[in-house]
Amino acid sequence: METVARITHLTRRYKRVTALDDISLEIPKGCVFGLVGGNGAGKTTLIKHLMGMLRPQHGTVEVFGMNPITDPEKVLVRMGYLSEDRDLPGWMRVHELMRYLRAFYPNWDPEFAEELREQFQLDPHAKLKTLSRGQLAQAGLLGALAHRPDFLVLDEPSSGLDPVVRRDILSAIIRTVADEGRTVLFSSHLLDEVDRVADHMAMIYKGQLLLNAPMETIKTEHTRFTAKFDGAPPEDLPGLLHQAEFNGEWTLLCHGDRDTLRESITQHGGTLLEEQEPSLEDIFVAHAGAPLQPSEA
Amino acid sequence: MQLHITPGDGAPIYRQIIDQVKNLVAAGRLKPGDEMPTIRALAQQLLINPNTVARAYRDLESQGVLLSRQGSGTVVADGGSPLAPGERKRLLTKQVDKLLTEAQHLGFDEETVIELIKKRNKKRSGEDIS
Repeated sequence: METVARITHLTRRYKRVTALDDISLEIPKGCVFGLVGGNGAGKTTLIKHLMGMLRPQHGTVEVFGMNPITDPEKVLVRMGYLSEDRDLPGWMRVHELMRYLRAFYPNWDPEFAEELREQFQLDPHAKLKTLSRGQLAQAGLLGALAHRPDFLVLDEPSSGLDPVVRRDILSAIIRTVADEGRTVLFSSHLLDEVDRVADHMAMIYKGQLLLNAPMETIKTEHTRFTAKFDGAPPEDLPGLLHQAEFNGEWTLLCHGDRDTLRESITQHGGTLLEEQEPSLEDIFVAHAGAPLQPSEA
Repeated sequence: MQLHITPGDGAPIYRQIIDQVKNLVAAGRLKPGDEMPTIRALAQQLLINPNTVARAYRDLESQGVLLSRQGSGTVVADGGSPLAPGERKRLLTKQVDKLLTEAQHLGFDEETVIELIKKRNKKRSGEDIS
């Protein structure tokens, strides 16, 4: 598997808070990688390392096989970035932003940029500070897309946006990966969107990596079984992440090979009543032991 | 051609696509030879990962519902394929089971259900109902 980025044993501490705790993961080339976690989980910190905005305290970060801190001109020029706070100078007008960015990116496609500007209906003369939240996100997205980056990195791209702009975001993600060899990483707490477009997912909670696997694997290897037991289910049931009881029936959220788990439950004296694929939300909660805290909608 | 998908707690997205395409074919709304949207176009339309569409198309192909032609996209397969009648019956059986479950919940017996089917069918073909 070709990777576009590799993070190894990355740790970052701020005084008493551990923002990233020994994170290791690889971003396969050509995938849509969903980084899922709540507020303060460490998503933005992780992304900033990829963008060369933070120097690792411990561990290594590689993008396109290079160090984004020491080789920014080679790495960043092939990346597109949309930060969570959209970080764009308010005084700049839309067409000025486009001209400004064009100077940075040799691959900037002015026709494509213009196409995007029209699609987003952004007034070229409007100052960025006069744009609505959604329009600002679109301006940022334009800046991230127009040079057709090999690696598109979006930090909470949909947060606080209306459904129309959200569609633009999802559409941009899909268009990017549909072009061979290009990769997208986006962080989100909106699991519906992650479900739609991600083919790889990492879940992060309080700086720790809970889960990191292809989407397909995550879905086939998590099962919600409903079963009856004589009394309570055994504590040592392998793969058990979470259990709950209602009306004498036990709901078991398990992680592992489905057939093996099924047999295991029966062997431990359980009578299987139902078997379902849990939602991504359920899977997150089962691993984290806590709900995914939503950022403001 | 309008397909809809519901992400989240329903059936996996690729399976929703498969079921809908099969339904459209069985209903005659997709006819043999009709061109399917490209994987990329459908992914854009539904706002889902192209791999998911690719997977659905692959499964539909292996089930004889779609046919992928070298360099000229994917089309609906010839309805004369031996799988098609079996597939159609399977889909109908699913609906019948749903109907029977519903009837049972509502407390109707088999005779009443059959009567109702006949009545509604008459209405559909424009005949008089007493």
